[in-house]
Amino acid sequence: MDLILQPWPWYITGPLLAIVMFLLIYFGKTFGMSSNLRTFCAMAGAGKKSDFFKIDYKTQKWNLMVVFGAVIGGFIAHFFLSNETNIQLNPHTIEKLQSFGFENIGKALVPPEIYNWDAVFSIKGILILVIGGFLVGFGTRYAGGCTSGHAITGLSNLQIPSLIAVIGFFIGGLIMTHFILPLIF
Amino acid sequence: MKYLKFILTGIFFGIVLVKSEAVSWYRIFEMFRFESFHMYGIIGSAVITGIILVQIAKRKKIKNIEGVPIHPTPKDKSITRYLLGGLLFGLGWALAGACPGPMYILVVTGAFSMLIVIIAATFGTFVYGLIKNKLPH
Repeated sequence: MDLILQPWPWYITGPLLAIVMFLLIYFGKTFGMSSNLRTFCAMAGAGKKSDFFKIDYKTQKWNLMVVFGAVIGGFIAHFFLSNETNIQLNPHTIEKLQSFGFENIGKALVPPEIYNWDAVFSIKGILILVIGGFLVGFGTRYAGGCTSGHAITGLSNLQIPSLIAVIGFFIGGLIMTHFILPLIF
Repeated sequence: MKYLKFILTGIFFGIVLVKSEAVSWYRIFEMFRFESFHMYGIIGSAVITGIILVQIAKRKKIKNIEGVPIHPTPKDKSITRYLLGGLLFGLGWALAGACPGPMYILVVTGAFSMLIVIIAATFGTFVYGLIKNKLPH
């Protein structure tokens, strides 16, 4: 039981994620989480503003069900299948975050310095979440996929476009982590 | 009940994501600083397993449940949209620390402010839909 409660190693979780991808292909669908954001827009009536959202969102219901399941699974894993959160990060990573003024590093899944209500209700805090979220939603649709659609599904199918997208993900992530985050904190 | 298999697949996905710690902002920060193999191991072993599964399916001509041979849809050829779109997503991923699967999960683990990220992401997709035709693809 303790093996279950500990974080699972990468060589277990990586292949399990590939099985999720394969199951969805087997069910005649595809693994792509960011498509749900387009479905939300279509459900909210965005089809009146742009043809991009003129989709029959009922055909996307299966993907919303995957999200619904993922939320249940995440809840089960976090509250019933895990010890207290204590992410074992590299000491250099912790040092860097301390220099940002972060505390209790790795004791929660997300840093309280960004996600606590105190942080959220400051100008800087709300901008981080709004701009971060906006870039995720805009960027994934522009690139036609995210980590699940490009990095896992596309690369598994040896797709060059997905490799280009993943290189893009990394350029963006490196710029944010090495140049922008140190300016923000 | 036709959606049950998708809910079950989702539950499995959610459990694996949380147990892998890939839902954590800290892990993503650590990955982009090249200070841990963890995230590379997850993505790398997922891709290698995925390549093997897809190749087996193609060679054995395994059919999906609709009776159609398994063949993931090829993506449109382009560089600009993947590189630029990918770059913008990467900036957001490293800032908010959540991609479009984990963000829903994080809400129910107690990070309720993640709802703001979800709303902003939906708005980002909406804006893309509005200006799509003006962007280089």
